Amino acid sequence: MQTFDLEAQGLRALNSTLHALKGQTNQTAWEIINPKGAHAIAVGLDAAVDVTVRGSTGYYCGGMNKLATVRIKGSAGPGVAENMMSGTVIIDGDASQYAGATGRGGLLVIKGNASSRCGISMKGIDIVVHGNIGHMSAFMAQSGNLVVLGDAGEALGDSLYEARLFVRGSVKSLGTDCIEKEMRPEHYEILADLLKRGEADGKAKPQEFKRYGSARKLYNFNIDNASSY
Amino acid sequence: MCGIVGLFLKDPKLEPKLGAMLTDMLITMTDRGPDSAGIAIYTRPEKGKAKLTVQSANAAEDFKTLAADLGKAIGATVTMTSKDTHAVLTLPADKIDAARAAVREVRPSARVMSAGEEIEIYKEVGLPKDVARRFDIAHMSGTHGIGHTRMATESAVTTMGAHPFSTGSDQCLVHNGSLSNHNSVRRVLREAGMTFETENDTEVAAAFISHKLQEGSKLGEAMEATLTDLDGFFTFVVGTKNGFGVVRDPIACKPAVMAETDQYVAFGSEYRAMVSLPGIETARVWEPEPATVYFWER
Repeated sequence: MQTFDLEAQGLRALNSTLHALKGQTNQTAWEIINPKGAHAIAVGLDAAVDVTVRGSTGYYCGGMNKLATVRIKGSAGPGVAENMMSGTVIIDGDASQYAGATGRGGLLVIKGNASSRCGISMKGIDIVVHGNIGHMSAFMAQSGNLVVLGDAGEALGDSLYEARLFVRGSVKSLGTDCIEKEMRPEHYEILADLLKRGEADGKAKPQEFKRYGSARKLYNFNIDNASSY
Repeated sequence: MCGIVGLFLKDPKLEPKLGAMLTDMLITMTDRGPDSAGIAIYTRPEKGKAKLTVQSANAAEDFKTLAADLGKAIGATVTMTSKDTHAVLTLPADKIDAARAAVREVRPSARVMSAGEEIEIYKEVGLPKDVARRFDIAHMSGTHGIGHTRMATESAVTTMGAHPFSTGSDQCLVHNGSLSNHNSVRRVLREAGMTFETENDTEVAAAFISHKLQEGSKLGEAMEATLTDLDGFFTFVVGTKNGFGVVRDPIACKPAVMAETDQYVAFGSEYRAMVSLPGIETARVWEPEPATVYFWER
């Protein structure tokens, strides 16, 4: 285990050290101490390493991640795992707004609650939230899966494309062009796998979820829908 | 952008450290707002006394005989302590309105920052660390306080455009965001008798809440009304003589984090503003919900 004291050694030194691990490395386990809400911790990683952040983080922790597993032993600020490509980001606490925004792959697990705009414009990432999510989540979400064990806020999935949204609790309101859809056998399978990988299989069963998706009415401009755009 | 910090103490033992804690929080928010900075501190009141905080670009000249001149104008004893460009004038509480008006007569070049029994406001253009040092905020004690670091969008970078804005006795407001209907709201408030010193959008929000309080609303009701009558982006933190409140617009783009322990309630635009507070590791930390009013009063 390599330990890095962020307060003593600084952010640039941290990220350049982690970037240098690209390719083969023996130093696969890292611990970052004294994060103290700093921004851009462990962004742009491109190696199959395991990074544990001992505390809460500021903006964009784990952004653009490839291959790495980043564990946050606290809460995360805005834009955690933004534009993640692959790998895993696991947050023990809560996540602020736009968690997992524009993510193209990988898995984001939030064990607490996520606030507004969770998974906005997601493009292939899988997100598992053990608690609730805020308003405008999965806005313009294109692909991937958003799993919510708790409740969803207002305007869930507004202007949604092909992402799948699974919510166990209540949905305050659905956004434009987002509708409830039937759960078919393949959806139970996807959900069971995500709950397991999202460390939530002991907390919820696939049968307890509803699925939401796009009504596909807004894909092309139609003058009759002008008020919905 | 802009940064906001706030601290409302529950434990009187922390009161001597309020200024030091707020200074530390404010400086951490420098990169959210390096244009100018300001701080409102509520101190324990002196019985029967009230305070005017005034500012002047020409302090040496303006403050020389200010206490005596103001005392003569209102027919009461006035004492003064000055710090850099600001001075705090202490006078009988029943003369505070007369004194506020008289300052304009006896020192037209001085500006009133705040008036009330407890509030003192210090604000200037410059980096937060420099503003805090000029006014020696770190050595102030108090019961609660609010600070702001400004990155200007709606009006010029001037002392008067810095936050906090105070538009009523012992009241102040700081803002992260921008309002789009401030001109029309200012017009309505002017007709209702409120006065404005700048073209700044935040001053309108402060006056809106002051006006509601004047009309008899409670702090929570006045803050609730911002959600229907003010259009734009906002996270507001409001201070009154015995209270501290927070409200965010329904879209809630502007960040906000709160922390509460048995000793205090703290607000920060970001969590890192609060990392040096005592007991933060075990505090209840949460993000205030959109379109929801939070306030604490003693």
